[in-house]
Amino acid sequence: MRIFSAAVGFMAISACGAPSEEPEHQSLTTGEIVSGYAFLTPETQALQDDPFENPGYLWVDRGETLFQSASEGIPSCGSCHEAGLSGVATRYPAYDDARSELMNLEGRINTCRTEHQGMEELAYESEDLLSLTAYVANQSREQPITVDTSGPAGIFYAKGRAYFETRRGQFNLSCQQCHTETWGKQLRGDTISQGHGNGFPAYRLEWQSLGSLQRRLRDCDTGVRAEPLPYGDPTYVAVELYLAARAEGLPVETPAVRR
Amino acid sequence: MAGIRLAVPDTAQKGETIELKALIQHDMESGFRRGSRGEAIPRDIITMFECMYNGELVFAAEFHPAIAANPILTFYTIATESGDLTFTWTDQNGEVWSDSTSIVVT
Amino acid sequence: MMDSADINLDRRRFIAASGCGVLITALPMTAFAGEDDLIRARTELFGDRPITPGRVVLKLPPIAENGHSVPLTVSVESPMSSDDYVKQIAILSPRNPLPLIGQFHLTPRSGKAIVSTRIRMSGTQAIQAVAEMNDGSLWSGSMETVVTLAACVVL
Repeated sequence: MRIFSAAVGFMAISACGAPSEEPEHQSLTTGEIVSGYAFLTPETQALQDDPFENPGYLWVDRGETLFQSASEGIPSCGSCHEAGLSGVATRYPAYDDARSELMNLEGRINTCRTEHQGMEELAYESEDLLSLTAYVANQSREQPITVDTSGPAGIFYAKGRAYFETRRGQFNLSCQQCHTETWGKQLRGDTISQGHGNGFPAYRLEWQSLGSLQRRLRDCDTGVRAEPLPYGDPTYVAVELYLAARAEGLPVETPAVRR
Repeated sequence: MAGIRLAVPDTAQKGETIELKALIQHDMESGFRRGSRGEAIPRDIITMFECMYNGELVFAAEFHPAIAANPILTFYTIATESGDLTFTWTDQNGEVWSDSTSIVVT
Repeated sequence: MMDSADINLDRRRFIAASGCGVLITALPMTAFAGEDDLIRARTELFGDRPITPGRVVLKLPPIAENGHSVPLTVSVESPMSSDDYVKQIAILSPRNPLPLIGQFHLTPRSGKAIVSTRIRMSGTQAIQAVAEMNDGSLWSGSMETVVTLAACVVL
């Protein structure tokens, strides 16, 4: 059976929607969790590692400028967060007691803007929100992800996990089938990764730009020919929490470079 | 605000060949892509890059649509004297972005 | 190979000369399809002056996992002195929609004739670089890169 599933691989799980019997991995064990970095060619890894050439730093630079800029009557982000935000991104998404909702980094930045700076929310995937998110996440670079899934966050974790494990789209594939059960195998020119979000916002060669984790999730949904959810959808934020818990211990790599 | 990143050594010895790197944030839209509704996305690229060393042109490049987005260049020049290195990008419509950095040559 | 005399063979003559369609399908056909364009672009830049293979080394990865951004380094063997230097390096593609990728203009003040950038490649092909020296002589080098297809294509 193992040989059969290895040989038929992707076709078997996608062709007719037959349940994948005896998947190789049911869930990732602590010792086998590896970043998407491990699945890149040496040239792409070198691009991520180069603090000058990694194009993601164009957004980090811009984020820093935005973070420190104040306008008339509006304090800068930096005037409150004087000590910086090292380690913060490792704990997101996080449950917000006051609002009784799960918040990702983008949501937290927008909440700061509306509540403390009297400014409008930034649009998802706008250059400014991407830049600020990248700048904040970059301050946790190389620090391990440790999200809290206890208490009220547990409901969101379960919701995110359910989305991850549910087959969807015309290909009738779940995230789980590729990224937990089939990672490490070839799919056309790629080796299937474990689907971690620890490098986001990340510079994807495919996008030729920096993009958020939710943009990546939308691409995954589109990839299996499912209708993607709108940006900022609470279900996607819940998926982000599940992904972060699933990637427990992996270092933040923002701005990572991905295919 | 187009992001620009420059890598130039702060100091160099006279006559030393130094490495220069210049990166700019730009889509370099090739003109060969189509949008989600099938409409052609018009070409929008940087076409010219120049590096001046105290006002003298020491390196130039011409870009065509196959230069990758957020174009980066790594090249060399001989450190001749202290002063400014100015990096200038010009797009197909004549819009210009520029940044300078200084170097001390001993 | 791309710089040898048979570069002037057009695709039809090449197929006829080889006399074996089956053999041809084993070769990257599209790499030949744009060869005429590459030669035309090269002629526009340098006229009919002879181009000698050598002195130019192109470095690209053997496999690129995405054609949107492939690292390229070109180096030319030259003393880069005031009376013997590289004036220009042109990077050319036999398969992209446009054959001319970029041109670099150097001076004796460059010190070294080495330039790096990142390019777009629409598929597997041998990228070519032509260097023009200050004495007008032309030299060339090429390097083939396999561009792989991504698993999930989102259109």
